[in-house]
Amino acid sequence: MKSVLIRNVRRLDPQAGTDASGDLAFRDGVIVDAASGPFDEVIDGSGLWLMPGIVDLCARTRDPGATQKGTMRSESNAAFAAGITALCLPPDTKPVIDNTAVVIRVNRIAKAAGGAYVYMLGALTKGLEGDALAEISALKSAGCVGVTNGLAPVANALVARRALEYAASLGMTVHVVPLDAALANNGCAHEGAVATRLGLASIPVAAEAVAMRQWISLVEDTGARVHFGRLSSARGVELLAAAKARGLPISADVAAHQLFLTDAALEGFNAMAHVLPPLRSAADREALRDAVGSGLIEAICSDHQPHERDAKTNPLPLTEPGISALETLLPLGLQLVEQGLLSPLTLASRLVRGPAQVLGLPARGLAVGAPADLCLIDPSQEWRLQAAQMNSVGRNTPFIGTRFPGRATRVWRG
Amino acid sequence: MSDTLQLTADGRLRHLLSIEGLSKPLLTDILDTAEQFANSRNSRGRKFPLLHGKTVVNLFFEASTRTRMTFELAAKRLSADVLNLQIAASSTSKGETLLDTLKTMEAMQVDMFVIRHEASGAAHFFAQHAAPEVAILNAGDGRHAHPTQALLDMFTIRRHRPDFSRLTVAIVGDILHSRVARSDIHALRILGAKEIRVVGPRTLIPAGIEDMGVTVFNDLDSGLKGADVIMLLRLQKERMVGAFLPSTGEFHRDFGLTRARLAKLPPEVLVMHPGPINRGVEIEGDVAYGERSLILEQVEHGIAVRMAVMAMILGEETRFASTARSDSERSAMDDRAGASQ
Repeated sequence: MKSVLIRNVRRLDPQAGTDASGDLAFRDGVIVDAASGPFDEVIDGSGLWLMPGIVDLCARTRDPGATQKGTMRSESNAAFAAGITALCLPPDTKPVIDNTAVVIRVNRIAKAAGGAYVYMLGALTKGLEGDALAEISALKSAGCVGVTNGLAPVANALVARRALEYAASLGMTVHVVPLDAALANNGCAHEGAVATRLGLASIPVAAEAVAMRQWISLVEDTGARVHFGRLSSARGVELLAAAKARGLPISADVAAHQLFLTDAALEGFNAMAHVLPPLRSAADREALRDAVGSGLIEAICSDHQPHERDAKTNPLPLTEPGISALETLLPLGLQLVEQGLLSPLTLASRLVRGPAQVLGLPARGLAVGAPADLCLIDPSQEWRLQAAQMNSVGRNTPFIGTRFPGRATRVWRG
Repeated sequence: MSDTLQLTADGRLRHLLSIEGLSKPLLTDILDTAEQFANSRNSRGRKFPLLHGKTVVNLFFEASTRTRMTFELAAKRLSADVLNLQIAASSTSKGETLLDTLKTMEAMQVDMFVIRHEASGAAHFFAQHAAPEVAILNAGDGRHAHPTQALLDMFTIRRHRPDFSRLTVAIVGDILHSRVARSDIHALRILGAKEIRVVGPRTLIPAGIEDMGVTVFNDLDSGLKGADVIMLLRLQKERMVGAFLPSTGEFHRDFGLTRARLAKLPPEVLVMHPGPINRGVEIEGDVAYGERSLILEQVEHGIAVRMAVMAMILGEETRFASTARSDSERSAMDDRAGASQ
């Protein structure tokens, strides 16, 4: 479709901070004056919302490396259909994204896949092994928008400090999933009454807090920019608030499922709720919700981790952690609006503006001249998630059967 | 949840996965049934034809001697055909998944799997994936549950102290890693024990255990004060030295049940241990076989209790109403009626 006019739509522009009804038109991938018709297609937008396409801060496509779980084609297209026009791929692919050759390869398969645009985080250390720095400068020139060691531990605080210094000198943000490996101790559930009753090896909140404190101390030393991904606890939220109050260059996101589920979802040994960091207590969930509401946590991501059926067909501790979450990111966000936690505009900010800022991407708004990365939402089209209707190869989600208030109905990439 | 998985629509045992979710009447029914098997034991070697024609497979992914032996004896005394399989964890990593193992054995027309596995939730997993005519009996899954051990413990306690509502029970030792402790706590709660205590150093007491209805003590003497029953737990070798505990000596000093400690308690206090015991670690040798010790009784009762569970699961007429079984099945039913009345 070359040109489209959407009329009488509720325009949510997180960049301009405006929420108003009106028209929007785009031609050849760029937003144009709505009066510059004629247009190939005219859509009646009454009752619908329009916002820039979602930027997902963490989604695994499993490609290259684990294509039984998902392919670049399946996952980037599943993302796109769900309103996500850009996703950020962490470097824990096989091979690891720790050199320019892999960046070029991923770019090539992402382009061929034709779904959401794929940004990459490069590895912080070679092979994610935690010891030696990866070629961060080369990764930056190849297009990586940040670096991370993901869930793989960095050997010690000295390596972490040097990595921060080095990344900072290149202006690269270091993305950290705060989970101290020793305290996490290969656990699979939040430390608390549920894990105790079910006899599951547990991960204390301190695993997150200890890691955050260490990184925050190193940020104090180095001034490097750190993004904390996938916060899971109230204590993590407190540490974030304190660090931000001191003016440290720190940001944070939370996975959408952490705003809805608690460790109670593990009852009956439900492997679909096995995720890292683990689902925690109701008090933790409320703290995370408040932080998203206030903007302390600036982004909500999917933390998409598709799996083949076998990966979840085992006794819970032996299953692989992760949720196939692309297709529930926006729908869960719409639940937050329905529940009164967020206004539609704030939701757009957490899904678009916040993550784009974390990645240092150009502003994404609805102004004339901006790229037409757009997501048209029907906020009152109720539906239930069914495994057979998912676009992702991974059907591993605890939200099967959940009712959602709405979804993306049309998505465009400029 | 386990209760919907392990019970039939009319509330009878379909599998036995966990004590959690069993009702007091059902638990009492199991103990009563076990009592009948235990009473008829004086005719040594007597066999009951209740499971004649049935195949029971002991599928042990974790080493075990006494539990496997008592399950085997129980099944044999019920006239079942019994197969024992000790599967090293490594052979499942050769490519065959747990589910493949289950399905392969199911194809051999097995009626019941007695399963022990190192992963919590393994028994639930098997029950969720088993064919409808196959029963799963949990012989220990990770740290989660060991329901037949708890049943035999309750059976043993009941023989000496029939009124649970007057009992204070202290469970001592490595609660964190113990499936026995968890199952005993559930069972004691369901049967209405007055007070359940867990006693051990903080490193071996899991977070939030109070939610299971227990009181935590980090000091043995106060934990034992006023207790009617002391249930000791086995301290696994790999946890004796390291970050959980400095040494077995120190554990014995602070949490070992010695003659001296026992002497300070009223003479009627009962001492239990699921075995195998570590002499000089959680218990002093003299105490283990002393007059207050029920340890050997526990072993003996294991057979009757496991017979009861097997008979209640596999002996139910309704369970196999749809699968046309042979005459042996019907005669087993008749015999069961004869045996239990």
